[in-house]
Amino acid sequence: MASSTSSSVTLNINGEKHTLSVDHRTTLLDALRERLDLTGTKKGCDQGQCGACTVLVDGRRTVSCLQLAVASDEREITTVEGVAEGDRLHPVQQAFLDLDGFQCGYCTPGQICSAIGVIEEHAAGWPSAVTEDVRPEAAPPPLTPEEIKERMSGNLCRCGAYVQIAEAVARAAAETRTETEEAAA
Amino acid sequence: MREFDYRRADDVPGAVALLGADPEARYLGGGTNLVDLMKTGVERPARLVDVRALPLNRIEPTDDGGLRIGATVTNSDLAAHSGIRHRYPALTQAVLAGASGQLRNMATVGGNLLQRTRCGYFTDLTQPCNKRAPGSGCPAVRGEHHNHAVLGASDHCVAVHPSDMGVALTAFDAVVSYETADGPGELPLAGFYLPVGDTPHRETALPPGALITGVTLPPVPVAARSRYRKVRERASYAFAIGSVAAALDVSGGVVRDARLAFGAVASRPWRAHAAERVLTGAPATAEYFAAAADAELAAARPLPDNGYKVTLMRNLVVAVLSELAEEAAR
Repeated sequence: MASSTSSSVTLNINGEKHTLSVDHRTTLLDALRERLDLTGTKKGCDQGQCGACTVLVDGRRTVSCLQLAVASDEREITTVEGVAEGDRLHPVQQAFLDLDGFQCGYCTPGQICSAIGVIEEHAAGWPSAVTEDVRPEAAPPPLTPEEIKERMSGNLCRCGAYVQIAEAVARAAAETRTETEEAAA
Repeated sequence: MREFDYRRADDVPGAVALLGADPEARYLGGGTNLVDLMKTGVERPARLVDVRALPLNRIEPTDDGGLRIGATVTNSDLAAHSGIRHRYPALTQAVLAGASGQLRNMATVGGNLLQRTRCGYFTDLTQPCNKRAPGSGCPAVRGEHHNHAVLGASDHCVAVHPSDMGVALTAFDAVVSYETADGPGELPLAGFYLPVGDTPHRETALPPGALITGVTLPPVPVAARSRYRKVRERASYAFAIGSVAAALDVSGGVVRDARLAFGAVASRPWRAHAAERVLTGAPATAEYFAAAADAELAAARPLPDNGYKVTLMRNLVVAVLSELAEEAAR
């Protein structure tokens, strides 16, 4: 079988398609930063342990350092550059700004993408490791500070802005719920 | 990282054919462990066969009342599945106790079973390791081993299996399905992982080139009253230093049925059959729960720096079984 060490891929990023040839060893993270100049996504540990490189792939938060670019062909990728609607910041971005959910800012894009995922996962009724009763007949867990800390534990912040990060996620989640309820009413 | 060929498989026979008999080829699932190991050079595949797009991403009821979990179901989807949460809650708890939200969105059930140990000597190419380089020795036996095995290990390797999911699957008698060029096959999880012996580099009984296609949970009524408890060095996002998956059916103060498996104490998820034998028919009291734990841990052979695990596991068994017994009494 003929083998090759690079391929052409089409990366669908923030609604825009980019076709490029990638060495198979290229991670999605490196393709975003080094090939497409989308440097909002940050490289921290490059081992899947810090969460700085978190993006949304097909709507789900993913560490882009362990995702090969070639395996991301035709998947829908959202980076921190794509979460706002024009000039209107995403509720999670606004909450991080208003509540000082960062100090140096390096982990912030990953924190924001992860928080967007957390809010959606919680709204879908997913339990977490600190949910007392995971059975589907139990009431869905409220998004308490304890739940937020557990669900955000894949994102490290070396400055230690955790207290404000947790508050920002809580406020953004509450706003998202209100918007959803208003839309339904 | 070594350069490699990449192929995406559309169906199961195609995936098996693409891998062929090439010992230098690997299936790629979520990549959360394999890609990491490729970066450090522990894994140096010449070809990856991407199996994420295979139609193996469903959880379906079986004819006998169990559930069949496809190999590419993500950890997240497994944990969130209402049938799993209702009938095997310890499995949901085990999955949610592992890794982070991001990694659970990527990682697959098949890959979870085949993930490699996080032993620091295995992942450090400058060190000997019988699992990575057969015959080179095991520095952990006389070195850093506070989180290594106390059950079923050998002088050749004392590494532990890192899976949480596998502990619950082992407690509930899960069966692994696989496909090969010669046709499909099945392995009960109890026989899936090989004993360590003097061949720690041979980890599973899967035939060469086999692709895991799914994991089947038989109907286990007692599993509806089950719990997974994990002890680790920080509150979240860390591997276990000890864990327990337990299920208990109590009526009239007597244990009618029990399932018990341990994590982070052996080279594989450890089914505690000796403990289960003590529990069945015994009064549901802390005294008997401790006796059950002792029966299992009598075989423990701790190293100088991991003897705490024996005490930890005993206390963990008593605590989790006591909680389940209290729930049953309510």
